[in-house]
Amino acid sequence: MMSLSQPAISVRDLRVTRGGREVLHGVSFEVPRGQITGVLGPSGCGKTTLIRAIVGVQVVAGGEVTVLGEPAGSPALRRSVGYSTQNPAIYRDLSVQENLRYFAAVLGAPAGDVDRVLAEVGLTGQRRQLGGTLSGGQLSRASLAVSLLGSPQLLLLDEPTVGLDPVLRKELWTLFQGLADRGVTVVVSSHVMDEAGRCQRLLVLRDGDLLADDSPQVLRDRTGTADLEEAFLRLIEERQAA
Amino acid sequence: MNATITLATARRIMNQLRNDHRTVALMVLVPTLVIVLLYYVMDNQRAFAAWAPVLLCVFPFLVMFLVTSIATLRERTSGTLERLMASPLGQLDLLLGYGLAFGFMACLQVGVALAVSLTWLDLELAGSLWPLVLVALLNALLGTAMGLLCSAFARSEFQAVQFMPLVMFPQLLLGGILVPRDQMATVLEWISNVLPMSYAIEAMKLAAVSAELGGDFWRDVAVVSGSILLALGLGAATLRRRTP
Repeated sequence: MMSLSQPAISVRDLRVTRGGREVLHGVSFEVPRGQITGVLGPSGCGKTTLIRAIVGVQVVAGGEVTVLGEPAGSPALRRSVGYSTQNPAIYRDLSVQENLRYFAAVLGAPAGDVDRVLAEVGLTGQRRQLGGTLSGGQLSRASLAVSLLGSPQLLLLDEPTVGLDPVLRKELWTLFQGLADRGVTVVVSSHVMDEAGRCQRLLVLRDGDLLADDSPQVLRDRTGTADLEEAFLRLIEERQAA
Repeated sequence: MNATITLATARRIMNQLRNDHRTVALMVLVPTLVIVLLYYVMDNQRAFAAWAPVLLCVFPFLVMFLVTSIATLRERTSGTLERLMASPLGQLDLLLGYGLAFGFMACLQVGVALAVSLTWLDLELAGSLWPLVLVALLNALLGTAMGLLCSAFARSEFQAVQFMPLVMFPQLLLGGILVPRDQMATVLEWISNVLPMSYAIEAMKLAAVSAELGGDFWRDVAVVSGSILLALGLGAATLRRRTP
């Protein structure tokens, strides 16, 4: 495969056009292994498109995306990359458990994985409930659980904590940190700036351009503010002044 | 292609159906109800014997076409298709999974309709039962494959259901049910010759009226089977790993 020193994701000059409009204008960055990287920015800035391009399900207009040493979307990556879409992608007419069993079979994950991921996202009590009867937060956790099946080396999570109460959000971030500590590379997109502080590295997107690629501390120092929301606003002003 | 994934997909679709009793009841019982209605409307054993095989032909196709096109559209819009396309699942695994699950449903559907027709309604078959079941099953698979293919061109459920009359009516009108195919205008006969349902209906009629199955029956079966493979191949091509 590849050595640990190589980045988990390497994106070079990525351009994506959707609906006749360019939504990513030549973005380049690298994501180190075994860390949580946050993709931040307002809605419509291109976060989902960027994550889809890394998964390899997005038609791209140009540039190169390399994931774990392979071109994005390669057959070899389909078991090692976990992906959770922004809209919960589970079958509403199956129970949580039936959903997980199906995706576990598709991924060739061991049978015990279903119980493990149910516990990890705190849905053990809802395992027999149909997807369609879950609350919004439970639904997105069920969808997140699917992406934790098998043993992905890279997790791409598109807004996994939207609509969750603070206790659950904290638990999920603890889970993400635990995965990163075990060497899993975690990429989480969010438009909530207070989550940014929990990431080791931040990619700040705006209107399809990368505004920053730094650790939260560097970002705070650079913009001279302790508040990441304020730091984001200053980055935009900086860009407009330039 | 991977047999484990294909079977898991078929099982998943059966589970979805199991959780939806009303759909299962409609799928299994509606054809039988219509055949019973036909029996009393015709009120004539010979006319009924001529029409019953046609309905046994049309229903599996119709129902599977509708159910598959809606189910695939739901996979597309709910994001589960994108999730599957990012997984090791192959396009054919998904298509065959649907084919297996809905093929099983078609067997149930035709089984109940045949049981009622042969006992209560005194439908008489010249030959054995299995050719009828075979043709009905092939029709169900054809409906599944074409439903999958057509759903790729529908952006919403509203559009998807409109494909049903578009695909269904020309095939029924040109399939030799109302007017024998060789009595149609030449152009219409040509069109009829390239529509798979024409062969399915002919095979069903042959299976119902003749004790000996000749080369014509097997030619029809081969044409319908070829059409299924073609539609499955085209359907697989519409399932893209990467989407805009």
